[in-house]
Amino acid sequence: MSERLQVKKTYKLFIGGAFVRSESGRYDKSGDFNVPRGSRKDVRDAVAAARKALPGWAGRTAYNRGQILYRFAEALESRAADIGAERADVEASIDVLVHYAGWTDKFQPVLGGINPVAAPFLSFSVPEPTGVVGIVAPDAPPLLGLIAELAPALAAGNTVVAVLSDDAPLPGLDLGEVMGIADVPGGVVNLLSGRRAELAPVLAGHHALNALVNASGELAAEIDKLAAESVTRVRHTDASKDYATATADPLSRLEALTELKTAWHPVGA
Amino acid sequence: MATQEQRTSIVWDYAPAPESPDHVRLRDSYGLFIDGEFEDPVDGTRVPSINPATEDVVAEVAFAGAQDVRRAVEAARAAHPAWAALSGLERGKYLFRVARLIQERARELAVVESMDGGKPIRESRDVDVPLAAAHFFHYAGWTDKLSYGMGGREVEPVGVAAQIVPWNFPLLMAAWKLAPALACGNTAVLKPAETTPVTALLLAEIIQEAELPPGVVQIIPGDGAAGSTLVREPDIDKVAFTGSTAVGKDIQAALAGREIPLTLELGGKSANIVFEDAALDQAVEGIVNGIFFNQGHVCCAGSRLLIQESVADTVVSKLWNRMGRLRLGDPLDKNTDVGAINSREQLERIESLVASGEEEGAVRRSVACELPDRGFWFAPTLFTDVAPAHRIAAEEIFGPVVSVLTFRTQAEAIEKANSTPYGLAAGIWTDKGSKAFEVAAALQAGVVWQNTYNHFDPSAAFGGYKESGFGREGGMAGLRPYLRVAS
Amino acid sequence: MDRVGVEERAATLGKRSIKTTAKQQGIRLAVSMVDLTTLEGSDTPGKVRHLCAKAVCPAPTMPEIPSVAAVCVYPSLVGVAKEALDGTGVRAASVSTAFPSGQASLDVKLRDTEDAVAAGADEIDMVISREAFLAGDDARVMEEVVRVKDVCGDAHLKVIIETAELGSYDHVRHASMLAMEAGADFIKTSTGKAATGATPGVVLVMLEAIRDYVDRTGRVVGMKAAGGVSHSKAALHMLVLVKETLGDEWLTNERFRIGASSLLNDLLMQYQKTETGHYARPEDFSKE
Repeated sequence: MSERLQVKKTYKLFIGGAFVRSESGRYDKSGDFNVPRGSRKDVRDAVAAARKALPGWAGRTAYNRGQILYRFAEALESRAADIGAERADVEASIDVLVHYAGWTDKFQPVLGGINPVAAPFLSFSVPEPTGVVGIVAPDAPPLLGLIAELAPALAAGNTVVAVLSDDAPLPGLDLGEVMGIADVPGGVVNLLSGRRAELAPVLAGHHALNALVNASGELAAEIDKLAAESVTRVRHTDASKDYATATADPLSRLEALTELKTAWHPVGA
Repeated sequence: MATQEQRTSIVWDYAPAPESPDHVRLRDSYGLFIDGEFEDPVDGTRVPSINPATEDVVAEVAFAGAQDVRRAVEAARAAHPAWAALSGLERGKYLFRVARLIQERARELAVVESMDGGKPIRESRDVDVPLAAAHFFHYAGWTDKLSYGMGGREVEPVGVAAQIVPWNFPLLMAAWKLAPALACGNTAVLKPAETTPVTALLLAEIIQEAELPPGVVQIIPGDGAAGSTLVREPDIDKVAFTGSTAVGKDIQAALAGREIPLTLELGGKSANIVFEDAALDQAVEGIVNGIFFNQGHVCCAGSRLLIQESVADTVVSKLWNRMGRLRLGDPLDKNTDVGAINSREQLERIESLVASGEEEGAVRRSVACELPDRGFWFAPTLFTDVAPAHRIAAEEIFGPVVSVLTFRTQAEAIEKANSTPYGLAAGIWTDKGSKAFEVAAALQAGVVWQNTYNHFDPSAAFGGYKESGFGREGGMAGLRPYLRVAS
Repeated sequence: MDRVGVEERAATLGKRSIKTTAKQQGIRLAVSMVDLTTLEGSDTPGKVRHLCAKAVCPAPTMPEIPSVAAVCVYPSLVGVAKEALDGTGVRAASVSTAFPSGQASLDVKLRDTEDAVAAGADEIDMVISREAFLAGDDARVMEEVVRVKDVCGDAHLKVIIETAELGSYDHVRHASMLAMEAGADFIKTSTGKAATGATPGVVLVMLEAIRDYVDRTGRVVGMKAAGGVSHSKAALHMLVLVKETLGDEWLTNERFRIGASSLLNDLLMQYQKTETGHYARPEDFSKE
């Protein structure tokens, strides 16, 4: 009696809502699997996809974004067993998504508001999404480390290009599949596996990127220098190791990825 | 369907488009929802809840007696410590479940809401039910962020909340009450209105399905006496009431000396102000929406229409023409715009006030609708030549009746709009932003709609000035009534 | 004009539920209002003749389906259409004035119109000069309409304002007023060659403009919704907008038209479904 042969998974990059191979055709090994080794052109394509998806994502109501993030949590909960990460990592990630699903329509009154200017004007300040956000994910924890930065970026209305951990890319790549069932529109989140030292600088130097969050603990100076070429906003942060650290000071994570717009209008006919 | 003058024959009309109630699953009889179960009333009764469009029975429900009210409060008290001790995230997850279940059962809830209350299915489907789900969703997200919503203060729940809701938006008002209360870590006893208990009881089923711990929510329909008993219960920590100003004053008096936080959301006689530089066709839509939405059974209804004299004739003419296109009839027909009046009692109140309008000399026009034989109905009505002193200009009618007054200057409009003991809402129609903001600043109303009317959102605070009540529901401000600053 | 208010009202009217007999009657009404259109560089007399046959009898298997209102073609082919439609009651309509862009001298535009009228056009669909409109030259916009109307003779004139290029509902209303004041018999949304056409919001704004104009002057001007009305649901939405803005007396092809090509077959498919209860197959109906 022969054992049933399993159909093995092929891991691919997740760009523009589709699963694609690296345009370079290169690969690295991760355990028993071959994993695409992303290239600078994949970064270019991912940023283009994120830029294209931005008006649609930022243009949705805050309520709608919250519902999608909550559904993302639902989807991750239902696929928890399939994600190649530890149970505690997955559960903390789900809870982080739930937490940020609740922020989408609340950070505005907290970060923005009415300015009581000393002249007959109605002046108000509104936090708006900064645009396309790059994330350099840490090695550990492989799922939470990514989601802790992804969730606030999305909650604030941004689209994302993430460079996954060299050592542990599989949970991140699995996330693409989860997003497919979560109503996250194509292009809103783009996931690239490959070598951080190769991809992160390309991302940081890409002029069409608005902000970058580096949670990897590496390459800080190099990223800063490249970002300066186009005044890209940079935030370096430690990898979140559990739910508590991932949701400590959520306002700073959100604020770092928004731009404050102030408007004035006369009062008086 | 209606046209007020048969000046043309109908070329094409809409066939009946009934929303089927077949998929709705209702019990024949509902007990009181106490401590996680539907229970027989101890000293209450069972009464039929009727459909005001047909006078048929929708379901039988239990009404709470005094002992039932006591039991409900006791269950809420017992459940409080564990509920308050949960992490914000976990409490939030329960409320997210409730929101999702409301969405899943949306169609059924909408149909039952229309059957029990009389409002058109288009409204219950497109406004009441989605907003109820959104309200739970919004407050689910506050549970683990409370101090951010309270200016950085450390906070704790007040305890057991006693909540009384009206018959005009039964499910939505239940959501407006329960969602913030629970999110802040309180437990609740909710008393739905006498004539519209059924969707609240379906919400109780949803709460069971969401596996909220027993005792966190009690839902006990009853009459005015049950509400009166509830607010006099010794072991409550908070009262929230939406309903008439008269009853609100009673409750405020009943709580004298008890130092119990109170929120009141009461009646209104809101002014809808149309300036000569308004986009007139859109203003007419806003006027119609402001007073005929939900048959005018809306606390913030734009029941006083203030039109700048230079455009008054044009606006009234367009408005009357537009009113002729309102379709009054079966609430379950998807093309119905104006449904049934909620009860015989309410219909008599409307008729009485309308009669007074005619007696006092205002000019009445009512759309020539074919009113069904059974049920309670009132045709959309317009009064012109109304003076501010007329009863129809001063008293809340709570029906599909709009009274038109004119003004000459902006200052006069503001003065007229503010000349009322009420202060719930107002509408301003003008193409000039600076005028809209200036007038908004001058109006004594808790909600000001500019170039729109009757828009609601869980993130936008709602509540009145003066005798329209105090306290706010919605947004960060909606947390305040349910929290105490930690000592 | 308040955009949010306009779009809310137009969308609410789109929620009217049109079922059973109302749907059947509505579809037949919509068919009778169609200006069946072909405006391709590749049009030939043969194609136009086929289209005319379909215009007269859209569905041989469903004889209660009426003829459409008109066939709309380029000036070079309106003669062919006129001949093919002779005696059927279906009108021959022609575009003119350097359709679709209108970027030509007034002389060329008038000559274009004269040719179409001479070839037998019953109806002329002209375009306003968006170049003049967007430069704020209202007088020139109106002058061109007046001159074209002049050479139309007995042919009735539809004036296309090309809403997609105007930029705002205020402009749509303003252009509508200019066209009516200059003598248009019909105002029309679009050429069908731009990015968007007869959206519900735009149609509502134009119907309200007509309402105000008719109230003020007593002169009736019709409306044609063209561009993007490709499914029955959209066509029925148009009928609702007309009914609830202007009233039932406007539900006639003397006052309302829908410019379309693929819509007709969708109307036929939907009609068939109301008869049989089952979803139809697009291939059951000929394209021309």
